[in-house]
Amino acid sequence: MNPFDDLYQEIVLDHYRSPRNRARLDNVPESMIHENPSCGDSIKLEVIVDDSGRLTAVRFDGRGCAISTASASLMTEKLKGLTVEDARAMANRFIRSLRGDDPVEALETMGDLVAFKGVAQFPVRVKCATLAWHAFLLSLPKASAA
Amino acid sequence: MAVAKVAHLGGRTVEEVREDFPILDRTVHGKTLAYLDNAATSQKPRAVLDAIRVYYERGNANVHRALHALGEEATAAFEQDRAKVQRLLNARSKHEVVFTRGTTEAINLVASSWGDTFLKKGDVILLTDMEHHSNLVPWQLACARKGCTLAFIPLTPQGALDLEATEKLWTDKVRMVAVTHVSNVLGTVNDVKAITEMAHARGALVLVDGAQSVPHFRVDVADIDCDFLAFSGHKMCAPMGIGVLYGKEHLLERMPPWMGGGEMISAVHRERSTWNELPYKFEAGTPNVEGAIGLGTAIDYLHRLEFPAIAAWEAELTRYALERLQEVPDLTIYGTAAHRGAVISFNLGSIHAHDVAQYLDKEGIAVRAGHHCAQPLMRLLDIPGTARASFCFYNTFSEIDRLHDVLLAAVEFYA
Repeated sequence: MNPFDDLYQEIVLDHYRSPRNRARLDNVPESMIHENPSCGDSIKLEVIVDDSGRLTAVRFDGRGCAISTASASLMTEKLKGLTVEDARAMANRFIRSLRGDDPVEALETMGDLVAFKGVAQFPVRVKCATLAWHAFLLSLPKASAA
Repeated sequence: MAVAKVAHLGGRTVEEVREDFPILDRTVHGKTLAYLDNAATSQKPRAVLDAIRVYYERGNANVHRALHALGEEATAAFEQDRAKVQRLLNARSKHEVVFTRGTTEAINLVASSWGDTFLKKGDVILLTDMEHHSNLVPWQLACARKGCTLAFIPLTPQGALDLEATEKLWTDKVRMVAVTHVSNVLGTVNDVKAITEMAHARGALVLVDGAQSVPHFRVDVADIDCDFLAFSGHKMCAPMGIGVLYGKEHLLERMPPWMGGGEMISAVHRERSTWNELPYKFEAGTPNVEGAIGLGTAIDYLHRLEFPAIAAWEAELTRYALERLQEVPDLTIYGTAAHRGAVISFNLGSIHAHDVAQYLDKEGIAVRAGHHCAQPLMRLLDIPGTARASFCFYNTFSEIDRLHDVLLAAVEFYA
């Protein structure tokens, strides 16, 4: 596969064209907007945790490129139902393997997220693919306290 | 498709001129490179690359100190390059040409040295709504140090400066007007001569950001009468890391040094020092001799192509690109001022600029995507960013046709 097709895999394009769990989150304050200043992308998240500490819903709102939109969409699906700790671990693993702190092959054990393996070849786009995940990690202390 | 006009770049065709640039025949992802990111940095002709290599192979020495042949040759070359800049800008004296790392450093020098000395609490720096961060942030820092404020000349819907709306901005507190000559986003060419007249009539100084103008047409500081002008070598065929601050001698004389070190001093005592004459007062440390030689060689090269011919061909390219881009459905162009340079920012429907640029890259076409170091302007336009195609004299009509065709394919792909 050439690097471009590797970047924009079918599953990525599918989540870009029809994002899952995207909603208007006017209730989430502006101060919770997470931005990627290099491309002007911004994202807001709503993370709902039940009494047992499981994520019952993750929704996102924002505008971004195909990679950041697809990554946010896939993230909301992957995280739903996980405990806060498992979700945190998954987010850290995803970010670490895209940033090159861990081998990118680690993504192969993460289901559909393997679709982002090609992003590692495009250092500028790593920020796009990890934007939603960084936003998620930042939203966690508040969500767990809720 | 329009009939491609033939460029007369110093009596040569654009195809002949392209041979001067080794990088232009490389391929990207199996496609011939179409380099349309010239507002970010230009490519370098063999003449410049050779001059740098020959300097290191045959002439390398530190300048202004060595009493040996190599040192004298390097000093002579360095000072000749300063004289070339002086003649290019039509500055009165070599003392008015300070070598810097680039436009950013030149503006910071003025904002720090002039700003810290002459700004008083309550003074106003007048900028515009189309400034690059490099002509905004240094002034924000100066304002924070000195208790001054910024004001901004607004834009017309076409992306020109709305000079009629500035009347109320001209208070007696305005000390400096810092304005870009050509917008790196909108392409607008600002009438810096008229702005300078307005500023001087009200007792304010003018700094012109020439990063996007000096590489593309003759900029005459005597004619404009601006007090300072900054530009970078790397956008005009010279290497990165060399740039120029032009300043009127009587102003530079009254400004204190910005950085201390070797070269900028006259006599150094344990407790105090006295300063070297202009421009060396502002050139602390070993300078970028390689860069100055590269810049001098680039200026010679541009003169051989002839600046009016460069400007004419780039205007043709821009006109043709605007025409072809307007044929792409749902494409929005930002900046439609009558007087414009070879920079076109656009968005393609709701497709993010990064995705547009990535698709173009797949086909070997290099454009810039993002906020172009102009976040306040992006906020005004209410967009996260744009894609931007920017041209140089070595670009061709067929590269613009490729841009057009690949944009159509990108619309299909992301639909």
